[in-house]
Amino acid sequence: MNILSLFVIVPLITMFTLMATNGFKQARVVAAVGMGIQLILAAVLVFMYLSERNAGNTAEMLFYNSTVWFKSLNITYTVGVDGIAVAMIALTAVVVIAGIFASWEVEFLTKEFFISLILLASGVFGFFISLDLFTMFLFYEVAVIPMYLLIGIWGSGPKEYSAMKLTLMLMGGSALLLLGILGIYFNSAPGGGALTFNIIDISKIHIPIEAQRFFFPITFLGFGVLGALFPFHTWSPDGHASAPTAVSMLHAGVLMKLGGYGCFRVAMFLMPEAAQELGWIFLILTTISVVYGAFGAIAQKDLKYINAYSSVSHCGLVLFALLMMNKTAMDGAIIQMISHGLMTALFFALIGMIYGRTHTRLINEMGGLMKVIPFLGVVYVIAGLASLGLPGFSGFVAEMTIFVGSFQHPDIFHRVCTIVACSSIVITAVYILRVVGILLLGPITNDHYLHLGDAKWYERISTLTLVIAITLIGIAPLWLSNIIGDSLAPIINQLSFTGF
Amino acid sequence: MMGLEKYLLMRHELVLIIITLIILIAELSVKDENSRKLRPFSIILFFIATVVGFLPIDEGTLFGGMYQTNGIIVTMKNILNIGVLIVFIQSFTWLGNDENKIKVSEFFLLILSTLIGMDFMISSGDFLMFYIGLELATIPIASLAAYERTKAKSAEAGIKLILSSALSSGIMLYGISMIYGTTGSIYFSEVAQSFTSNNLQTLALIFFFAGMAFKISIVPFHLWTADVYEGAPINVTSYLSVISKGAAVFIFIIMLFTVFRAVTVIWQDVIYITAVITMTVGNLFAIRQKNLKRFLAFSSISQAGFIFLGIIGGNKLGMASVVYFILIYIFSNLGAFGVVSAIANKTGKEKMNDYDGLYLTNPKLSLIMMLSLFSLAGIPPVAGFFGKFFLFMAAAEQKFYILVLIAVLNTIISLFYYLLIIKAMFINKSENPIQYFKSDSYTKLGLLICTVGIIATGFFSIVFEYIRSLSFGI
Repeated sequence: MNILSLFVIVPLITMFTLMATNGFKQARVVAAVGMGIQLILAAVLVFMYLSERNAGNTAEMLFYNSTVWFKSLNITYTVGVDGIAVAMIALTAVVVIAGIFASWEVEFLTKEFFISLILLASGVFGFFISLDLFTMFLFYEVAVIPMYLLIGIWGSGPKEYSAMKLTLMLMGGSALLLLGILGIYFNSAPGGGALTFNIIDISKIHIPIEAQRFFFPITFLGFGVLGALFPFHTWSPDGHASAPTAVSMLHAGVLMKLGGYGCFRVAMFLMPEAAQELGWIFLILTTISVVYGAFGAIAQKDLKYINAYSSVSHCGLVLFALLMMNKTAMDGAIIQMISHGLMTALFFALIGMIYGRTHTRLINEMGGLMKVIPFLGVVYVIAGLASLGLPGFSGFVAEMTIFVGSFQHPDIFHRVCTIVACSSIVITAVYILRVVGILLLGPITNDHYLHLGDAKWYERISTLTLVIAITLIGIAPLWLSNIIGDSLAPIINQLSFTGF
Repeated sequence: MMGLEKYLLMRHELVLIIITLIILIAELSVKDENSRKLRPFSIILFFIATVVGFLPIDEGTLFGGMYQTNGIIVTMKNILNIGVLIVFIQSFTWLGNDENKIKVSEFFLLILSTLIGMDFMISSGDFLMFYIGLELATIPIASLAAYERTKAKSAEAGIKLILSSALSSGIMLYGISMIYGTTGSIYFSEVAQSFTSNNLQTLALIFFFAGMAFKISIVPFHLWTADVYEGAPINVTSYLSVISKGAAVFIFIIMLFTVFRAVTVIWQDVIYITAVITMTVGNLFAIRQKNLKRFLAFSSISQAGFIFLGIIGGNKLGMASVVYFILIYIFSNLGAFGVVSAIANKTGKEKMNDYDGLYLTNPKLSLIMMLSLFSLAGIPPVAGFFGKFFLFMAAAEQKFYILVLIAVLNTIISLFYYLLIIKAMFINKSENPIQYFKSDSYTKLGLLICTVGIIATGFFSIVFEYIRSLSFGI
């Protein structure tokens, strides 16, 4: 069996095992074991991938395997990974296990909670291994729909409203995507021959430019909604604020990356000319996302809202860098996806843990927490520093690469956008430091806080996993670059094909 | 046998007629207090009929072309049989109620006669046979709708159905008479050759379309649907919304692809417009419904709009996707109706807010309901996703991209109201939820078939490939 299919099968087995469990203690152990295996599997995949590459295997996609599904329509179950997909899979595995430990004390319908969470994860894994547009789309929707129940049942605040808004907006995005995929499919054999959903095959042919002009914006927008592209980002703050901790972690950490990943793997890779031609429209939108998200975060008082807006800003940066269409910037985009995934998951985990103790998320009502819960406080500061791009953490590597790459773009319009987007670094520093100051430092504002206990063992596992990953990337970005390697080359080739 | 074996081409109809007669005789010889035993008896007989339907396929025509059959027609009949079998199984408990004791056999007889009508209608080779089949498929349903005659709403539903279907039949007959007047023939094959787009024939097409649109409940011919669906007993409603509609869609697509193939451009325009209105209006009205039967009625109206996306292209993929979608629709809609009917039988509740907190008391029913609704909404990995995807694909193949865009946006609206029910079951809290109850084995069996169908039909591509291999385009 192909190792990649295991990434879907292991969650499935875990889900069936979960159905047979009794009581919440059993359920969480099963979930943790299942996703622990998944993490090991991801590590094995990384090593197998690297050793294949070191052995001189230069194929575009490794572990490639294609099984016919709907023969007459040429729908296949095709899997294969390049360095980017491997990195994303590793990210997902880390965030999922951290999310499971962060939701160790979910006692209401525990079994159902973990089943939905793992179903979501299996959708994400499936998405990253797929090379067939049909199966990719299928997994994409599988990843989105459990969100409704996860937020609706286990969320807080105006959860029903948020759940509905998030689901409908994301499914709206996927509706556009469906049209885009059909458009690509029916233009995948311009010279006659068999139509195909296979991404690699389509990338080798040339989709007619008229079709590209119509379907590129639709596809990009479809993925962009999930990547919180302005003005379709509004689901993100509400959704993240209402979601339970693990769901916010997974959603901001991994699910939003599906948007960015899809944007370049499908929209830009398959329709490069239209990307060159129409990219500027989306560049304006992402620049707005980057700056607007950062300003939005300043204005918020609720910890989750702050982080949700900061996610809009950071995910905007991913799309921003992708649209610069040169190697350095796109490298930066990939690193930013990984880095932001880890960082924001850490943030949401911490916010969940703090909220579990103080029962409020409003920063004005808290203060001096560093004195009572030093472990969580320190980790919060680390996450904050990583987020504002302090050297030594992953955020710095990512943003540095992005802005250096972006500014290399010869076009004046792109440079102006870069300068505008750069300002977000400063604004990020403002809201991060402001929160750290109010929340953690200063006098303890409420006597009740004196009795708070610090992080439990499972909370430490959850946060430390993420902290270690963040620092590893920050100190030694090389190992991540090694994995990514030349995986971007085919995409860059496609984009420079038109000679811009 | 002196050439009689050629009539075996009609085996679906023959077997149905035979079991109808057997049930009729059995009813005469069974005492009233034992009439409940007719239920398993009839179901087993019908199960045999369903199996017989799956025997290898013959092609050919009978009666000088009045009756025709081929692979796809047989498949359509088999799909209807599967649906009716599920309806029978789901009706088992309800038919056992005391007030239905004296009319158990009527239920089976009436449904079987409509099914015979539908089979003849799908197999028809001329307008006469078509019309007889259509009427046979409609009139008994009116008495079925009025089955619970002690209830005013049920009687009202029957009257409404018979009156409005009489009107629509009249309009359709008028159209058929124009077709005969202009082409001089009622045989499909001859009409197809001489049918052009002159004014009178276009008018005939429109009248014919209006008659069919009534049966499929296409906006603006849908007004009877909600009232009849709400008034009729749940099991009759599920039959109406799935089987009756499915059969009408089947013959409609066959006729558009054969008889009216020369005027594709005209009917494509009509279908385009009605598809958009039907999806949108059906969806917008469904949002407002609080009664689950009415809700499912409007959702089934909008589903009909989606089906039109498969028809509009006139391509092979289109026919395959429509037949495939109806099969999936049978499983998903009957799954939803099965849950509603199981709950209504036990508690008499059929309002949406009665379902608040259902998951905590009846998790299995809630899960089946959720699967069915997801399938209706077209969410993977259940079969509805594949059904909708292929419908959209069929339209996109003929470059109807804008129509596909409108349709996918409509699926989002539909997702909204399907989620409202899921919200009620899983998220809402209730002071007074529906208590836990055990369903009997027939209810369970019915729901099990639906669930397996919902999961397997999409995942196993062989079903679609088989249907596609038999389909044809213009």
